[in-house]
Amino acid sequence: MAEFNSKDTAAFSGVWVFCEQRDGVMQSISYQLLSEGRKLADDLGTELCGVVLGSNVDPSYLKALGGYGADKVLYANSPLLKDYTTDAYTKVICDLVEEKKPEVFLIGATNIGRDLGPRCAARLHTGLTADATHLDVDTGKYIEFLKNSSTIDVENTKFEETTNLKMTRPAFGGHLMATIICPRFRPQMSTVRPGVMQTQEYDAAGAEKCVVEEVPVALTADDIKVQILEIVKSTKKMVDLIGADVIVSVGRGISADPEKGIALAEELAGALGGVVGASRAVVDAGWMSADHQVGQTGKTVHPRIYVALGISGAIQHTAGMQDSETIIAVNKNDSAPIFGVATYGIVGDLFKVVPQMIAEIKAVNASK
Amino acid sequence: MKVVVCVKQVPDTSGKVAVNANGTLDRASMATITNPDDLAAVECALQMKDANSDVEVVVVTMGPPPAEGMLRELLARGADKAVLVSAREFGGSDTFATSQILAAAVNKVGVGKGDIVLCGRQAIDGDTAQVGPQIAEKLNLPQITYAADIKLEGDSVVVKRMLEDGYMTLKAQTPCLITCLKELNEPRYMSVSGIFECYSKPMEVYDYEALKDDPLIEKDTIGLLGSPTNVYKSFTPPQKGAGTMVEDAAALVGILNAKHLI
Repeated sequence: MAEFNSKDTAAFSGVWVFCEQRDGVMQSISYQLLSEGRKLADDLGTELCGVVLGSNVDPSYLKALGGYGADKVLYANSPLLKDYTTDAYTKVICDLVEEKKPEVFLIGATNIGRDLGPRCAARLHTGLTADATHLDVDTGKYIEFLKNSSTIDVENTKFEETTNLKMTRPAFGGHLMATIICPRFRPQMSTVRPGVMQTQEYDAAGAEKCVVEEVPVALTADDIKVQILEIVKSTKKMVDLIGADVIVSVGRGISADPEKGIALAEELAGALGGVVGASRAVVDAGWMSADHQVGQTGKTVHPRIYVALGISGAIQHTAGMQDSETIIAVNKNDSAPIFGVATYGIVGDLFKVVPQMIAEIKAVNASK
Repeated sequence: MKVVVCVKQVPDTSGKVAVNANGTLDRASMATITNPDDLAAVECALQMKDANSDVEVVVVTMGPPPAEGMLRELLARGADKAVLVSAREFGGSDTFATSQILAAAVNKVGVGKGDIVLCGRQAIDGDTAQVGPQIAEKLNLPQITYAADIKLEGDSVVVKRMLEDGYMTLKAQTPCLITCLKELNEPRYMSVSGIFECYSKPMEVYDYEALKDDPLIEKDTIGLLGSPTNVYKSFTPPQKGAGTMVEDAAALVGILNAKHLI
């Protein structure tokens, strides 16, 4: 194996994306990351490579990664890689990174990616940014991003022109945003939140051109210290927030009567053809299950209509919903920050306003 | 058998958050709590001790000297021993640097056959979920993250590890490292006798001198300057402020209908 030194930054090139499969099915985060990785690779003038670990993954899945931007796919195929284990995946990925030396390596911030990423970064001796929501290599593009997304006086701020990966993420419970760099070590690694990056239009020509390279796997059963006894799929239908057209979310404002507040949200969601979401406070209080949570520690969504009921609008929450097309906020407090991101706001008690909204919507629907 | 629990004192970001004029967090004015996932890890260790009196529970934190207060609280809940890792040289560490220091501290506490290291899944101030797996890597221990149930079976642990769409049941030999979800349990309160005893229980401070010779500590990758990742810019997002305030539900639904949104 070639000499590996994470400090020798000049020796690294190329953008890699870990493409996660579960049960042989490619996870949608892989397409989101490739689409984003494509832009970074173009800005760097380098190659985009998807990395797939699995056992007899359907070849059509591998080629299809080219349709989302990959120039190349590195495929590690072994029965020992069928299901995710920290030990096997870390070893195979670190071996590949040490051999081929990518300068950027992106991993989806799923429960698996957040297990794999830090273990790999520690072994490779490099930094890892958690749960990035925005990425830039080009300084000009980063400055444009700050103009739209920050209160920084961009005109009067000095920016060093580098192609270091600028990884922006919410910090301190989402009350601040921070851009992180990893200037002295390679690869520059980041986990990226599912649902944040937009998937590009599938490009059949790209899929056709994509080169799939099966890589040797140096792995034995003894390398795997944690044994999988069983894998259980949830029988409970999880709410599909990321794919929803309309989301009605509830926050701390329902605390006077959580049960009734949730019932009202469900009824409103029903009238609008949507599903119910929740803020962190509601999930932390145990009023709704974690799959409903929108925000920095929950899901990032961009539905056509997002209704925020009794949600104050801490960045923790808005980080996960501010890109929704139309945002409607109902809050008793007229200075609640949620009104700062809302398209339409009503100051009032949700327990009074929501029944009126439901009645009005039903009346409109009945007249159509 | 020893259970070493790594904990973090965090600002209570669920309450009011104060921000300084320069955009940094005004930690001084905010209440601090033991990170919720970490508290579940402590409770899990205490339950192992309830079931087997040979279990010794050691809580370890890295932080400024006032973090001692949190450690005393954990001793009052029933932990046997506390370690405060605190030094100016450690300040400003990112997760990579922090995990080196904590790994060295756990090494000094000593983890051998049959022992377990527990961490919370993630801290509510950074939400990174990185330090647990990074400590496991530095100590060359098997890791299991996102634990929602932990059972001891002889010299093994059987853990329910949560996924977004279900769970895995995993088995590992001890010693190993497990990161815990707050859903794991309901943490107990401090007992009156515990509060009396907590000041007579052992509390050690590991400073830079105490850890600097551990081979896990690389002197040029700890602290603010040594950390591989650096904050390049931090900022608060602008208020969009383009929203329209609407009088009541009827007016709102009228607009939505007129714009063919419903």
